[in-house]
Amino acid sequence: MSWFKKLLPSIRTTEKKEIPEKVWSKCEGCAAVLYQPELERNLQVCPKCNHHHRIGARERLRHFLDPEDQVEIALDVEAVDRLKFRDQKKYRDRLTAAQKSTGEKDALIVFEGKLHGMPVVTTAFLFSFMGGSMGAVVGERFVQAVNVCLAERRPLICFSASGGARMQEALISLFQMAKTSAALAKLQAAGLPYISVLTDPTMGGVSASLAMLGDVIIGEPKALVGFAGPRVIEQTVRQTLPEGFQCSEFLLEHGAIDLVIDRRDLRPRIASILAKLMHRSISFCPIRQRETF
Amino acid sequence: MNFNYLEFEKPIAELKAKIEELRLVDSEGAVNINDEIRRLETKSQELTQSIFDKLTPWQIVQLARHPQRPYALDYIERIFSDFDEFHGDRHGYDDKAIVGGIARLEGEPVMIIAHEKGRGTKAKVHRNFGMPRPEGYRKALRLMRMAEQFQLPILTLIDTAGAYPGIDAEERNQSEAVARNLMVMSELKTPILCTVIGEGGSGGALAIGVGDRVLMLQYSIYSVISPEGCASILWKSADKAPEAAEAMNLDAPRLHKLGLIDTVIPEPLGGAHRDVDTTAASLKEVLINNLKTLKQTPLKDLLDQRYKKIMAVGAWVRK
Repeated sequence: MSWFKKLLPSIRTTEKKEIPEKVWSKCEGCAAVLYQPELERNLQVCPKCNHHHRIGARERLRHFLDPEDQVEIALDVEAVDRLKFRDQKKYRDRLTAAQKSTGEKDALIVFEGKLHGMPVVTTAFLFSFMGGSMGAVVGERFVQAVNVCLAERRPLICFSASGGARMQEALISLFQMAKTSAALAKLQAAGLPYISVLTDPTMGGVSASLAMLGDVIIGEPKALVGFAGPRVIEQTVRQTLPEGFQCSEFLLEHGAIDLVIDRRDLRPRIASILAKLMHRSISFCPIRQRETF
Repeated sequence: MNFNYLEFEKPIAELKAKIEELRLVDSEGAVNINDEIRRLETKSQELTQSIFDKLTPWQIVQLARHPQRPYALDYIERIFSDFDEFHGDRHGYDDKAIVGGIARLEGEPVMIIAHEKGRGTKAKVHRNFGMPRPEGYRKALRLMRMAEQFQLPILTLIDTAGAYPGIDAEERNQSEAVARNLMVMSELKTPILCTVIGEGGSGGALAIGVGDRVLMLQYSIYSVISPEGCASILWKSADKAPEAAEAMNLDAPRLHKLGLIDTVIPEPLGGAHRDVDTTAASLKEVLINNLKTLKQTPLKDLLDQRYKKIMAVGAWVRK
């Protein structure tokens, strides 16, 4: 081993220690060192390479909706462990741990608010909460979001980020796929638009229900989206997966989604799409003003 | 007949072998052996009963996947008459893992949609082991719409390890195919009766499983993920599948107790494969009875009840 290589690991550790936490971070796409407040202003998108880092559900909705009149709803639902599920840990304990570490009750939040003045309902998955998995609470909250849309004739926008159904709720979680899809059938019958935004990652039971039922389906750049996970597919077919398999661009190419849109453009673009579907005029520019970033 | 005994059925198999041996001796003219055979037969019956009285969920999983377990076509030929199998999604494909068409149940026309695993290696490959690709679900969807158009009740037979996890399946949007069926079935204007006959594997099962009644054969299973899959994720080892099966509550009696399914259809002692005709007869009777009720329900009530039933599934409290 050369003297340089011997030296290398120690150099790395010292470097790491010198970076103050939360002020600088490394881009997962281009490895550029990014100033955290700037990254936040840029909605966690790397200003250098446009890599979309995962963004928290609250942070996302806060920026997506008009700043005024943001009201969180569907708060009165909390998970119970009907199956007394236990793997290496109890489901109850996993839930408590997830609640503690995220400060959230479950993996989906719902907000009423306005989008460029248009009343809407938005929901977002928290991937940080047990992988954004869909259990009964997620299903119920999503249905409540749909019900508000039906009662007040508002469009629905959902940002999904989920590994799929929540295994610890077994068949109850599988049936949430039917539950959310059935609610969306009502929304469709009422002629209210549903915009589904697929963010990294949207897989399994969430992908195979509410996420793929959007009247308009939008993918964030390079988001992993699919039914079966890449590892499972590779094991099944014993082939190397093609380049870019199951990313938003792949889905667009295969006709599965309508658009791939940069996160920073989602607010104006969705507002513009909804305005047309809802027969409303607009008084804003549907294109992001690049110079602000 | 060789029943392909499972590991936990070994004692039964040994006893049966002994009986067979005695029978051979008997046919060679020995006397007083009949009593002994009868005694052993009773014993074998009791032994089977005692083993099957306390099956573990993992043993039930093995029964649900038993190589000789009757598949959809076995039931279709025994329960229905006049079956016209229809093919194709009308968009370029015909998935052999899904069988569908119209037939008569006691004279009444119905639409059948089912997973078919295929018996024997060649048939299994032909049927892709009962794992549908998107075109299978789209064929099912087309047939469901047809059933609605002609007011035929829909009977589905569920038996799949899951929707096929392949490259082509993803390219043709497996997720959308499953999701679309869930949405359409929730409001389809005709009665839908779903029966799990073997494996109810995840979204691939649910995609023909949303309806007015969900029935399960006694030794069938229904789960969000295979026990092996669950074990390898939560226990980090597929070997823990028996534990996962236990935790997941995937057997019919437990799911019934949880209120997630409507009816458990009893199977003959030793499982459906021991007596396919009897199993088919029980299934037929339950289907006829349920269908009678559903057909008497006014359409609006039927759809309201279906929606309420779908919405009611949950485990949460209002705080």
